[in-house]
Amino acid sequence: MKRIFTLNRHLSQRIGFTAITLMAFATVVPIVATIIYILIQGAPSISLEFLTAYPYDGMRAGGILPAIIGTLYLTVGTAIFSVPLGIAAAIYLSEYASDTPLTRTIRIAIINLAGIPSVVYGLFGLGLFVLFLNFGTSILAASLTLSIMTLPIIISTAEESLRSVPQAFRTVSISLGATRWQTIRRIVLKEALPGILTGVILGLERAAGETAPILFTGAAFFLPRLPGSPFDATMALPYHLFVISTQVPEMPIQIQYGTALVLLVFVLSMNLIATFIRSRARARRQW
Amino acid sequence: MEKSLNWREFIITRLIKASGYSAILFVALIFFFLVREGLPTLGEVELKSLTGTRWYPIEDYFGILPLITGSLIITIGAGLIAVPFGIGTAVYISEIAPRWVREILKPLVELLGGLPSVVLGFLGILVLSPFLRVFLDLPTGLTALAGSILLGAISVPTVVSVAEDALDSVPRSYREGAWALGATRWQTIWRVTLPAARSGVLTAVMLGVGRSIGETMTVMMVTGNAPVLAVKLGSIFSPVRTMTATIAAEMGEVANGSTHYHVLFFIGMVLFLISLAVNIAASSVVFRARKRAERILS
Amino acid sequence: MYKIIIENLSIQYSDGTESLRNISLNIRDKAVTVLFGPAGGGKSTLLRCLNRLNDLTEVSNSSGRVLIDGENILDPKTDVIALRRKVGMVFARPVVLPLSIRGNLTYGLELAGETRRSVLDEAVERSLKLAAIWDEVHDRLDDPAIALSGGQQQRICLARVLALQPEIILLDEPTSGLDPISTGKVEAALIELKKEYTVILVPHSVQQAGRTADHAAFFLQGELVEYDEGKKLFTAPKEKRTEDYITGRFG
Repeated sequence: MKRIFTLNRHLSQRIGFTAITLMAFATVVPIVATIIYILIQGAPSISLEFLTAYPYDGMRAGGILPAIIGTLYLTVGTAIFSVPLGIAAAIYLSEYASDTPLTRTIRIAIINLAGIPSVVYGLFGLGLFVLFLNFGTSILAASLTLSIMTLPIIISTAEESLRSVPQAFRTVSISLGATRWQTIRRIVLKEALPGILTGVILGLERAAGETAPILFTGAAFFLPRLPGSPFDATMALPYHLFVISTQVPEMPIQIQYGTALVLLVFVLSMNLIATFIRSRARARRQW
Repeated sequence: MEKSLNWREFIITRLIKASGYSAILFVALIFFFLVREGLPTLGEVELKSLTGTRWYPIEDYFGILPLITGSLIITIGAGLIAVPFGIGTAVYISEIAPRWVREILKPLVELLGGLPSVVLGFLGILVLSPFLRVFLDLPTGLTALAGSILLGAISVPTVVSVAEDALDSVPRSYREGAWALGATRWQTIWRVTLPAARSGVLTAVMLGVGRSIGETMTVMMVTGNAPVLAVKLGSIFSPVRTMTATIAAEMGEVANGSTHYHVLFFIGMVLFLISLAVNIAASSVVFRARKRAERILS
Repeated sequence: MYKIIIENLSIQYSDGTESLRNISLNIRDKAVTVLFGPAGGGKSTLLRCLNRLNDLTEVSNSSGRVLIDGENILDPKTDVIALRRKVGMVFARPVVLPLSIRGNLTYGLELAGETRRSVLDEAVERSLKLAAIWDEVHDRLDDPAIALSGGQQQRICLARVLALQPEIILLDEPTSGLDPISTGKVEAALIELKKEYTVILVPHSVQQAGRTADHAAFFLQGELVEYDEGKKLFTAPKEKRTEDYITGRFG
């Protein structure tokens, strides 16, 4: 009787573990398959011309240079606004704020910013930056919109990283005659840098891949030239992929896969860099 | 020198504090602009029309009910996929997988979180929906089902990371206690670890669901965009249209300040309020759990 | 001559934990004063009060005066930064900053605006020698300080305080995590230091208190029970409670 019972327990454990393992792999295998599939399908269309030429013939031929450059501009523009603001807000939450109703409100606000649908950011950007502030459909308006969307990612990862710096470092630094800001700048930020960097890159990765927030704030269907100022609209990789896969009839499938591949490489290389920085910092950490 | 140091410290401190407060400002600004552009709807469109079942803006039919049901059916479908697979994966990563497998799986799941939604939508059009059309013998593969599957995939990373955090924070002594009483690892997972982490797992589910309601590009590309009322079970196999996709598809073509424009902002306002409700509920679960822990500890 | 005069000092934390009740105590220049007693007696609170590190914790209530060289340092107008340079502190756990050995030593001076290389180098050498660790590290000053052993790290922490040329040195159980040999080295350094500095030590044992004290104060639950010369207090305490603690009957 007792033996059967034990047997059953271990049998059910084996079945359970197998089921869970299968589920995990059913989640992960398609991710890998997706990436490999796009790599294989897209690779043949990658050439120097594809990366460095303008599209022509209604975008059915030529390259995707303006989209690549446009995404670069948007990513850099997003970084200019969101990185300093995000890190400063994280410093506030980790180093200055005590547990007051105001701080709790800030935290709830950040959680909500993280949850707002991307298309709603697009509406907001249209309402505030494009129309009210009269920036027009432009790189500036799109970057600002993406910045606010990116902010919660940067704030929460940076705050976590700052908090993981041992409290004793702060006490010692203060006891040696440092002000709070000197302590932050010379010790805390330096130690938290890898984690902050990881968060920044993950946030920008998100911005680089987004379409909905730039749909009505800065994305151009087709531009025969590169944008000349922050007040120009721009092409961008994700929007371009959307356009050529849904809006242009008789679009050669090769160009579609090629564009998807370039976008994927752009975004995934950021992801890999972030993962690399994080694992290296963890390995080197001595406290 | 001391004087200039004080001034610098003062200014920097002020800037840092202002940055912290800015999060509140942004949420308020977003809400303000949505209300400013969306609220005129109530003056321009009769409530009866707004809650109608017909969305056909060219002829001034602004019934948002089909859009809400479209969002709902896809979100439910996505939840049915993301919740079991997400929690299963989280349990596997946190409780079962050997260390080296975990080190590979975690970044891979994060990678999924980083895949742009257009890329998933693109593959949805070219691979998933043709497959569904042939496999299920449907007139078109661009259906709520295709949207649900891809949205499920998009929400999985959120569910996994939050649920895994929750499982990770269950003290090791709980598990050791259960093992010492003769429970198998499987029993420990079901009867001890998961129940102990339930508030975190609940948060994971809510945040995952919140993520799927707000997703835009993928659903716009793969769900066929037909604004029909989706209330039957079979609706999952037919094209639908979500609130997000409607805004994304139509905002580019409307005149600023027109009724259609205001209605699209009104839909944005509804989406904003839904995400606000979901996130506040999710975070209050966490807060409450923490308070309970504090009470036990003190 | 008295360096520090404490008058009717009372401190209470907002969470109600450790506190001090009406402490009055005069601390002599160029001597080792030992504050000892069971945990939670208020020794560390008093120590942290002397360089205003208590500012970092939530203090709900404080009254009384602490005069250093005749100035009340609890006055809100006190220049806290200057005070902390004058009153250095070594903590129970050796915490080296995540910098090189040299970086740890020059940290405080650089904050104070010192940039001259020669001054910094001189301070590094002088303070490392005073803390009796120059011989062990002089050929690897640019290595990360975290790579040193616990005993070496604690002497680096001491040297780091000395580099600022303070007048008062506070030590909060500086040898609690160290082996007997390292403890011996730190204690030997303290004996050297009292020639020039006012040293206030919270020892990690009664034995250490006995070995090092010129003057000793016994604290119990936030109260100063007895204060006397070290020799007298440890051989013939006046208070019953002091005697019980020294002879190991409680605590």
